[in-house]
Amino acid sequence: MALVDDPMIDEAGFRMSEATAGDFFALLKPRVMSLVVFTAFVGMVAAPVTINPLIAMVAILAIAIGAGASGALNMWYDADIDAVMSRTASRPVPSGRILPGEALSFGLVLSVLSVMTLGVLVNWLSAALLAFTIFFYAVVYTMWLKRSTPQNIVIGGAAGAIPPVIGWAAVTGTVSLESLVLFLIIFLWTPPHFWALALFKSDDYAKAGIPMMPVIAGQASTRRQIFAYALILAPIGVLPWVLGFTTAFYGVASLALGIGFVWYAWKVLRMTDDDRAMKPAKALFAYSLLYLFAIFAIYLADCVVGRALAIGGA
Amino acid sequence: MIDKKLELVTLTESQKKARRNRSAAIGVALAVLVVIFYAATIVKFGHTG
Repeated sequence: MALVDDPMIDEAGFRMSEATAGDFFALLKPRVMSLVVFTAFVGMVAAPVTINPLIAMVAILAIAIGAGASGALNMWYDADIDAVMSRTASRPVPSGRILPGEALSFGLVLSVLSVMTLGVLVNWLSAALLAFTIFFYAVVYTMWLKRSTPQNIVIGGAAGAIPPVIGWAAVTGTVSLESLVLFLIIFLWTPPHFWALALFKSDDYAKAGIPMMPVIAGQASTRRQIFAYALILAPIGVLPWVLGFTTAFYGVASLALGIGFVWYAWKVLRMTDDDRAMKPAKALFAYSLLYLFAIFAIYLADCVVGRALAIGGA
Repeated sequence: MIDKKLELVTLTESQKKARRNRSAAIGVALAVLVVIFYAATIVKFGHTG
């Protein structure tokens, strides 16, 4: 029996945990969290007003913990399918280092802590947006969409796209067109990013029964949809300059990055069905990470330099 | 009086080490939160004049 064989369960039936703080930290999905923190930070800096640096730091910390909490809830619910996939089998819950109940409690406590902290110390609009994001990711995406439709990451991508809106709201107390454009960039970036991964991990997803696009619609259809999204994303990436939120520096750089994205997506489109190495898909996945980081870093630099020049010229 | 013999759980070395690790992390996290909440409260609500 598995219960008796478990080295962490003694003869009296008590389960003695060997989970370390590092295992609980892994529940927070630190790599996803770092992207959330970065995009939320850009949203805060892009806002036309400033807040006390300590309150800004508290806002970033609360957003990071909220994002981590939704990651923990995701790992609690998805432990069964995580155990089947090679990419996720070593996560703390499927590997048995943390009990599902512990992950659930950890996620719930951190969710409440992060939302209340943001609400009391920053403002309630940003707290409401953070609460909505956690709910959307943990319940709408993880519990419903992920296992039921190939559009799972298209709709679920909204959760990952909200952080710059929360950052902007934390500083201004409002939601504006500037922050919604940043939302749109991440929202449209998500499908080609995850479908590129799903192309070369489709066997894993099929084994776990997750209806990712390549599993349901096939490789060829997924490649066409990736290219279509790349064609939409490239001009949307330039939109902040077109709408006058940034200088031409951002406009030129984002245009070049967008052309690069379309180029990599084109190479994916040209892949053949018998391509088992899938180097173009792997290259697009890597480039998409660089693209998002670069777009937001350039937006940040444009805001900071623009403001410094305005102060210098005043 | 009935002499009750309690069944005690004996932790292994790795379980003790993991517990120390978790306790230290909780302690550090609580200390950091106390400092942050104190400072943020002063900044946010301290200006009464």
